[in-house]
Amino acid sequence: MVIALCVVAIFANVLAPYAYTKTNFGRLNEGPSRDYPLGTDQLGRDVLSRIIYGARISMLVGLGAQVIIVLLGVPIGALSGYLGGRTDLALTRIVDVMYAFPRLLFVILVMSMLGAGLANIFIAIGVTGWVGIARQTRAQVLALKEKEFADAARALGAGGGRVLARHIVPNALTPIVVAVTFGIPEAIFTEAALSFIGVGINPPTPSWGQMVGEGQQYLRSYWHLCVFPSIAIAVTMLSFTFLGDGVRDALDPKLQ
Amino acid sequence: MLIYATRRILWLVPTLLAMALVTFLVMHATPGSPLDPIAEGANPLTPEAQRNLAARYGLDRPLWEQFAIFVGKAVQGDFGTSFVYRSRTVAEIIGEALPVSLMLGAMAMAVAVAGGLALGVVAAVHQNRTWDYVSVSVATAGVAVPNFVLAVFMIILFSLMVPLFPTGGWESPRAWVLPTLTLALGPLGIVARFTRAAVLDVIRSDFTLTARAKGLSEAPVIFKHVLKNALIPVVTVLGPMFAAIGTGSFFVESIFRVPGLGRFFVLSMTGRDYPMIMAVVLTYGAFLAVMNLAVDLVYGFLDPRIRY
Repeated sequence: MVIALCVVAIFANVLAPYAYTKTNFGRLNEGPSRDYPLGTDQLGRDVLSRIIYGARISMLVGLGAQVIIVLLGVPIGALSGYLGGRTDLALTRIVDVMYAFPRLLFVILVMSMLGAGLANIFIAIGVTGWVGIARQTRAQVLALKEKEFADAARALGAGGGRVLARHIVPNALTPIVVAVTFGIPEAIFTEAALSFIGVGINPPTPSWGQMVGEGQQYLRSYWHLCVFPSIAIAVTMLSFTFLGDGVRDALDPKLQ
Repeated sequence: MLIYATRRILWLVPTLLAMALVTFLVMHATPGSPLDPIAEGANPLTPEAQRNLAARYGLDRPLWEQFAIFVGKAVQGDFGTSFVYRSRTVAEIIGEALPVSLMLGAMAMAVAVAGGLALGVVAAVHQNRTWDYVSVSVATAGVAVPNFVLAVFMIILFSLMVPLFPTGGWESPRAWVLPTLTLALGPLGIVARFTRAAVLDVIRSDFTLTARAKGLSEAPVIFKHVLKNALIPVVTVLGPMFAAIGTGSFFVESIFRVPGLGRFFVLSMTGRDYPMIMAVVLTYGAFLAVMNLAVDLVYGFLDPRIRY
């Protein structure tokens, strides 16, 4: 399922029967028909094509945001755990305060400052999301830095940076990988939620959350506008959650 | 314990201040000022009049001073006047909307805890059998499916296809059902997952074995021995649950047109109503921080093995 979603996202321009901006004012708000398998929206655009292009946005956000989160979170967490002392104290305090802030609220705030747009969604999710990963990395590094293999590396003359980057962090990867897999559906959800309330992706670029948000106003008369993107979101979230469960079970037999 | 509690309560103050500071900075980092003479479509006032206006609203003072004034007023419950609903102060709007949100949240919380506990226990008792799979599926769907998507399905199923409940509003108890259920399902999934894990853990412990060995039948074993001990770890998820219900209420309230805080938040976001945004963020932040604190303290109280 996840692979299928990725394929749809990558080949959106080949798969979509119409361009996502192509309007047909003769056929507004139509239900599913032969020409338009999932109907048309209030501007006469093909719902199916918009959903296919929406997959691209969701996947981009889901995966892209994780890259930012890891690039920020892992080094900060690792440094904090390895150096200890005042650096650790300062970083942990920042992490704690950010942790207390309700996540979605923070993202919405940052988005209202930056304005809608794909790049800004990356920034907003990245800036608010690194805290969890940093916490986890720190805990791992704290446990691992006392282990024999780290001592051995130091005894062989490796400097602090090398021990940390080459020996400790690779051994701390398992929980990070698990956290990242669970982070994907969370980021997809965040994007959908932002677009739903209108501070996410700018129209005319289609996004599932935005389609649900717009369609929800016409739910009574044109149910198809809302239902199909909703199904897309639900299926995507479920498949990535199962992927996360699978990855966790595979990598961490202790948790069973 | 007392020292721990005091320290935690004192920590609330810097946390809230940090929240206020972040919100304040974000607001001021947003491009445009009410009195920007260069901006497009700016007010055509003379520089003197601009300066007078700035002085009138305190905009000519340094940022830190404006922040201090804001915090000073916020502490007294004065958040200024809404940009969109000009005739009403933010405090008035919040005073009307907050009770609605609290009621919706409390009902959703009750449904989530009761339903989640039931599902979790059923799943654990029938581990790896049909009931387990059913419960786990419901729990996973509840956690994974965003609640605005759920809301759409709820409306289609229960008010358009089978017209049992109205599509929105908050006037009659019948209108309360769908928003409450929609809001509850996510947290219900969280509670169910945790309860299942905790009950499985306790069911295998020695004292359960002893209880069974005494000849007790299944029901007292589960209710008196297992559930009592399994509840302790479940309390820890109450904190994340408050957050889930709080942020979830934005979407549920706007879809079901519930006149609560979440709906006002979404409306003020689209209307760039900054005084409203700040006030709502701070209200939510404060509420969640207090709730998290309460959960931690209750946890320490429930489990005498925990020492701070």
